[in-house]
Amino acid sequence: MANAHESNTKKIWIVFGILSLVTIVEVIFGIYKPKSLFFTNFLGMNLLNWLFIILTIVKAYYITWAFMHMDGEKKWFRRSVVWTAVFLMIYLSFILLVEGDYVYNVFKTGHLKWIF
Amino acid sequence: MGATVISNEHALDGGPGPMGATYGKMMMWYFILSDALTFSGFLAAYGFSRFKFIETWPIADEVFNHFPFLHGVNAPMYYVALMTFILIFSSVTMVLAVDAGHHMKKSKVAFYMFLTIIGGFIFLGSQAWEWKNFIKGEYGAVETNGGSILQFVKKQEDGTFKRVALADFALTLPESREQHTKSNGVWFVGESTLPTYSVNEVVQGFQADESILVRSELINAEKHKTVLSRAESLKRLQEAKYVVEGANLVRNEYGHKLFANFFFFITGFHGFHVFTGVLINIIIFFNVLLGTYEKRKSYEMVEKVGLYWHFVDLVWVFVFTFFYLV
Repeated sequence: MANAHESNTKKIWIVFGILSLVTIVEVIFGIYKPKSLFFTNFLGMNLLNWLFIILTIVKAYYITWAFMHMDGEKKWFRRSVVWTAVFLMIYLSFILLVEGDYVYNVFKTGHLKWIF
Repeated sequence: MGATVISNEHALDGGPGPMGATYGKMMMWYFILSDALTFSGFLAAYGFSRFKFIETWPIADEVFNHFPFLHGVNAPMYYVALMTFILIFSSVTMVLAVDAGHHMKKSKVAFYMFLTIIGGFIFLGSQAWEWKNFIKGEYGAVETNGGSILQFVKKQEDGTFKRVALADFALTLPESREQHTKSNGVWFVGESTLPTYSVNEVVQGFQADESILVRSELINAEKHKTVLSRAESLKRLQEAKYVVEGANLVRNEYGHKLFANFFFFITGFHGFHVFTGVLINIIIFFNVLLGTYEKRKSYEMVEKVGLYWHFVDLVWVFVFTFFYLV
């Protein structure tokens, strides 16, 4: 690892600060739920949810890069893990969420009664 | 680090493998990759069910609103946020242990590993408490023939609705219903624990108290659950079939059945990972104390369990978002 011989303690605490801050921001938004974000939809989801997902990805980045030392690995090793995961996750969630929405519409506009 | 220290050895004995990583570390990464895909399968399935029942899905803030020593106070999210902090902090102590390992400081590694293990146990305890509240339930509800959950509310002076528990209005009628066990009656047929009140007691109690209304599962334009009028409430209650208290894998008082199933499976699978993580950490902790890695001149094993432990934290970050926030 490139930075093995110097101490990373300071960096670790900075990352801890960032992760805590992001979590606090998430909780504050989750409790107050600003109307402008909560009631505005974008691509089938409200902006508040998009904000949460982006903040989650920010946290995931810091955990993998700083705590799991992904930044110290060779470029193609890193890519073999990260690209595989990212591609398959985007693919899976796209397929399943679109399908879920489709089934919802079938239920809602179809002839069968499903709320009793 | 380990790779550079013992570079003259064969790759399969801990020397450098392809792409500059030792085989041990590389395979830990690929294990984590496959495990991450398992979790994303779970979470995507949750997303599928949620989009499928988008109009009737339970609102997480109303379900997970407990905090220790604050009984009856509506405290959404504080508790899970606390659990997130516990896990992030134990990740920090883990990475500090790895860092101390790079400098071959045995006692420091042991100390930080110990803190990490403690953090893991605290997290597991918190999760047990969360499950206890979820399984026990708070208000109770009624399930209809069609499988909808009907909850009960009371209108307050400021026009908002407050949830009421079954115990607040259900009557106690002079009827008795014996708990059927496997040991008596029909051979090998038992039944689950009977609820505190029968459907009849709830319905009659509801009819007697004019101030109580039914809250349906349907989410309205303000993103709240729809409260029915008194007449509609009485009509819906005619279809009442079961009294539901708390949650199990068959039905739960919070709403859609899948909600509890996903809660149990996703947080349970994650909790199982935390548990195995703690076990592996304990084993490595004792190895550190025994000086195994000191003799090996490399603390790479601490790094590898560290990867697993951070992964558990990483998964929780996503569970936190998709189960509690979104």
